[in-house]
Amino acid sequence: MDKPVRRFGRIVKAPENFLDRALIDEINTQGLDEQRRGFLRRSFLAASAAMAAGSALGQDRPAAAGDGDPHILTLPEHSRTLGRPVAAVPYGLPSKYEANLQRRESPGLTRVAAASVAFTPLQGLFGIITPSGLHFERHHQGWHDIDPTGHRLMINGLVRNPKVYTMDDLMRMPSVSRIHFIECGANTAMEWGNVAVPSVQYSHGMLSCSEFTGVPLSVLLEDCGYDKRTARVVLAEGADGSSMTRTIPLDRALDDVIVAWGMNGEMLRPENGYPLRLVVPGIQGVSWVKWLRRIEVGDKPYATKDEAIHYMDAMPDGSYRQYTSIQECKSVITTPSAGQRLLGTGFYNITGLAWSGRGKVKRVDVSVDGGRNWRTARLETPVLSKALTRFNIDWEWNGAPAVLQSRAIDDTGYVQPKINELRAVRGTRSIYHNNAIQSWQVAASGEVANVQVY
Amino acid sequence: MSRFIKIAAAITVAGAAAAAIAGPLTGLGRTATPKEIAAWDIDVRPDFKGLPKGSGSVSAGQAVWEGKCASCHGTFGESNEVFTPLVGGTTAEDVRNGRVAALVNGRQPQKTTLMKVATVSTLWDYINRAMPWNAPKSLTTDEVYAVTAYLLNMGEIVPDDFVLSDATIAQAQQRMPNRNGMSTNHGMWDIKGKPDVHSVACMKNCPADPVPRSILPEASRNAHGNLALQTRAFGATRGVDTTRPAPAKLGEGAAAPAVAMAASAGAGASQNVAPAAFQANACLACHGVDSKVVGPSFLSVRAKYKDDPGASARLAEKIRNGSTGSWGPVPMPAQGHVKDEDLKVLVGWILAPQ
Repeated sequence: MDKPVRRFGRIVKAPENFLDRALIDEINTQGLDEQRRGFLRRSFLAASAAMAAGSALGQDRPAAAGDGDPHILTLPEHSRTLGRPVAAVPYGLPSKYEANLQRRESPGLTRVAAASVAFTPLQGLFGIITPSGLHFERHHQGWHDIDPTGHRLMINGLVRNPKVYTMDDLMRMPSVSRIHFIECGANTAMEWGNVAVPSVQYSHGMLSCSEFTGVPLSVLLEDCGYDKRTARVVLAEGADGSSMTRTIPLDRALDDVIVAWGMNGEMLRPENGYPLRLVVPGIQGVSWVKWLRRIEVGDKPYATKDEAIHYMDAMPDGSYRQYTSIQECKSVITTPSAGQRLLGTGFYNITGLAWSGRGKVKRVDVSVDGGRNWRTARLETPVLSKALTRFNIDWEWNGAPAVLQSRAIDDTGYVQPKINELRAVRGTRSIYHNNAIQSWQVAASGEVANVQVY
Repeated sequence: MSRFIKIAAAITVAGAAAAAIAGPLTGLGRTATPKEIAAWDIDVRPDFKGLPKGSGSVSAGQAVWEGKCASCHGTFGESNEVFTPLVGGTTAEDVRNGRVAALVNGRQPQKTTLMKVATVSTLWDYINRAMPWNAPKSLTTDEVYAVTAYLLNMGEIVPDDFVLSDATIAQAQQRMPNRNGMSTNHGMWDIKGKPDVHSVACMKNCPADPVPRSILPEASRNAHGNLALQTRAFGATRGVDTTRPAPAKLGEGAAAPAVAMAASAGAGASQNVAPAAFQANACLACHGVDSKVVGPSFLSVRAKYKDDPGASARLAEKIRNGSTGSWGPVPMPAQGHVKDEDLKVLVGWILAPQ
């Protein structure tokens, strides 16, 4: 360390008695003027230089010594100057210190950025709500910012009265607001055969959770008089270039599916379907059709491109499972997770996310010895159906290598499987619906890595 | 009084069941006109419901293919440059059996569309609604028939003289190589479906081996960029500096260089960063700044035209109307969607980056 490293929110180790007693007394009695401040600064720099060798032991460990932390003793600029006015940033932005946490593409996964994925940085998020600006992106033919005054939703097919609705019409209707997760069916796809990606952002980041506001699809289907005798499915269709289409079972459509315009209190972001998208709780993200323009009521599935060429699960016998839709129970530890480094031995809060497309998370167990022994984690409230659930559990790291895992159980009693249990049934070529237990190996160096254990 | 209680109870029950709706949505929405429905209701089902009348020959499809499809999908639909390949991996035996053998024996590790798709309607529907890539929904109905016929012909599913039409498409369906390859026998469609994988929640001394069966390959350590710049520079952990090998001991990683947080945002103002107009117009689907993708890199185009005083006009013309023969067999399709002001930006940057 040849220059002081700037770190945030942590107390820098200070040597004993680096300030001379007389100076301290003077500051205590007469306050801090420019001259005395200069003494303080010089004294501390000298002391820091003397301490440089000590950082080898450092483990980024906080320490307060001598008369204390210069971040306390020397009042920072923000405590001594006038801050910025209200509405300086009319639509607020994250702190500049948060710029590391961004949606990112996984290199080599796709070659065309308009038909690609940007992953949510789960490693840095708290609670269960994904900030709208960090919600993962998956587009099939690029995204547009659509003028809502010209956007229309059509409902046709097996209905008595095919109808067209404007955004004005829809937003006058009886709305609901519900928190649900959305996970791409291909989340964790790269890990079916072996470990392939270096952090939880890329292994699990096609996952987000938001409060969505909109009108239940059942309300619209009733309004158009859908044919209760013959209707079996609905087809949802987007307004983008690919006019993405997916078949949804009628019982799902009538249950909790929402035609949504709101996300986390604001309108949907353009990348997430502004001004209208389908919310299909528990079902993989591809069915949550964005820029929704049409719902067709039908009596048979449609075998659209994304249910007849992609989003099918390849089985070991060479057959494809078609119309696999439900996201089964799954969990992952987000901190500590691969690509992170523990700062030293001692206490850590192991924290992560659990979810199930079939209902609520009932329990999450955590192992720190690669699955030999498990302890039940605390579930934070709210625990909602088909929503992310945050879990936490205490852990004291003694410096020895460890393998961290989480295992979720949903209210159907389904237990999240180990990767070898999943492979025994589905092989390694499925691409979609990998909900295996994730293992993170903590090395003696504190570095956490993505591994697979049986 | 008792009647009031009954009504109140009935209301409560109704309210508890699903979303309670207060009667008809008076004044909201209107009946769709037949023309509106025809304009948007373009889906085609496996039983060909929704398929419009029309036809197209294999040879007509070849002309469409070479002008509008080959630049991304390759002359024979085999290209893996931009999208996964469409054609390859199917045999005459597969056409007879309706099962693609390569999906079982793994002879063709890169799966193609024709190996997977069971329903010819899927191809017709998707080409019609989403192709070509940069001008979706611009093909005529007969062009969609023709190019679908040509695609099937490249896969040796239909003969050279085949004419695909609403009358013959059922014949093509009977020859789809993987038509018997789909299964809906699984529990992931119905919310009450039965899971296929059953685990048990063992708590103590479970049969588990903490020795890793698979670890991240060393070459992948830094493949996603430096992870130290992808997490907070404070808090419970730090990001690993993946530009360096893994440290052996605790604390060694702590000597990593200061995390340059804000600097990681955006790609910076290097002269080799193309303006947003390239991204917005999907140029980068086929061209790299300094690497060949399908078409030539922008740097090689710049080098080729550096002494040509008429280069601006020539390049603009090639982008607008398409071009062939300058850089090999793959033609550049016409880019009619590029706005005039964008065209200026694109040509200006290719010839002289800012």
